[in-house]
Amino acid sequence: MAHVPMDYGLYLAVALFLIGLVGVLVRRNLIFVLASIEIMLNAAGLAFVVAGSRWGQPDGQVMFIFVLAMAASEVAVGLALLLLFRRVFGSLDIDKASRMKG
Amino acid sequence: MTVVFYIAAAVAVVSTIMVITRTRALHALLYLVVSLTSVAVIFYTLGAPFVAALEIIIYAGAIIVLFVFTVMLLNIDPESERGERARVRPASWAGPVALALVLLVELAWAIGVNGPQVGARAVEAREVGISMYGPYAIGVELASTLLLAALIGARHLSHRVRETGLAPGEQTLAVDLAPGAPPRGVPPDEREGELAAVLGAPGADQGTGAPSDFGATVDETVGDERAERGDD
Repeated sequence: MAHVPMDYGLYLAVALFLIGLVGVLVRRNLIFVLASIEIMLNAAGLAFVVAGSRWGQPDGQVMFIFVLAMAASEVAVGLALLLLFRRVFGSLDIDKASRMKG
Repeated sequence: MTVVFYIAAAVAVVSTIMVITRTRALHALLYLVVSLTSVAVIFYTLGAPFVAALEIIIYAGAIIVLFVFTVMLLNIDPESERGERARVRPASWAGPVALALVLLVELAWAIGVNGPQVGARAVEAREVGISMYGPYAIGVELASTLLLAALIGARHLSHRVRETGLAPGEQTLAVDLAPGAPPRGVPPDEREGELAAVLGAPGADQGTGAPSDFGATVDETVGDERAERGDD
């Protein structure tokens, strides 16, 4: 097993989360926004697993499985919304949905 | 194993940066597979082999396949890719990246350095299962409720698309989803003929007809793309 300080695992989780955050803020294509949200959820799960590994307890992994279930349900609804968005607006540009009254 | 952690961490960061900077959706998704797989390697080195397997099966498997199928269904044309390249200018990265760097520095300060070691002992699937169906049983129930809600929600959304999409002369979702869907801009009557060809053919006809249509469409798309590149 690896013997790395817990900080490095958390740094990695923070870095991945922030990359996902930048992706959500910058990209205008709905597919990339959803992928960036997946990156952020994955980073949060990584932080859970690192913390669980620090104490040698299974709780972190259990939390990761819950995050996984949430990510799966989020992506299912998100992709259905994406298809609806394409149908209504004719493109995947999220700037076209900038008004509440679609 | 310690070296493996650092290598996998570097691969994860680089491939994740590649995900958010690509203009083609499919390239980004392939980089996302690399990123998720390297995170799975990190899980393994941290002594969590069970979630490493789950990461590959569910994230890199099921979720990415869902993304790839959606990208295929959307039938993305080179036009939208050029639009994305025009909208996401280099200057628009400056603000979010600066904010993210500030957050990175602050979180690094908060986490500190040289904490306790991780990965001293592996937590096997057996312990995870005992914990999940013992103290966390209510969480499992809630997760199942969430998945059911997502199932109903996704079904509801796609059902509404089909209902509203059947107006005459409108581009229907059935055409959007059909393997041999014509590109946008084809007149409605031709499109309906295509729809009848794809949907109306019963049983065996559908099985033999669809793949050849699909191949033809792919060839056309590639040809168009090459032509437009030549123009550029």
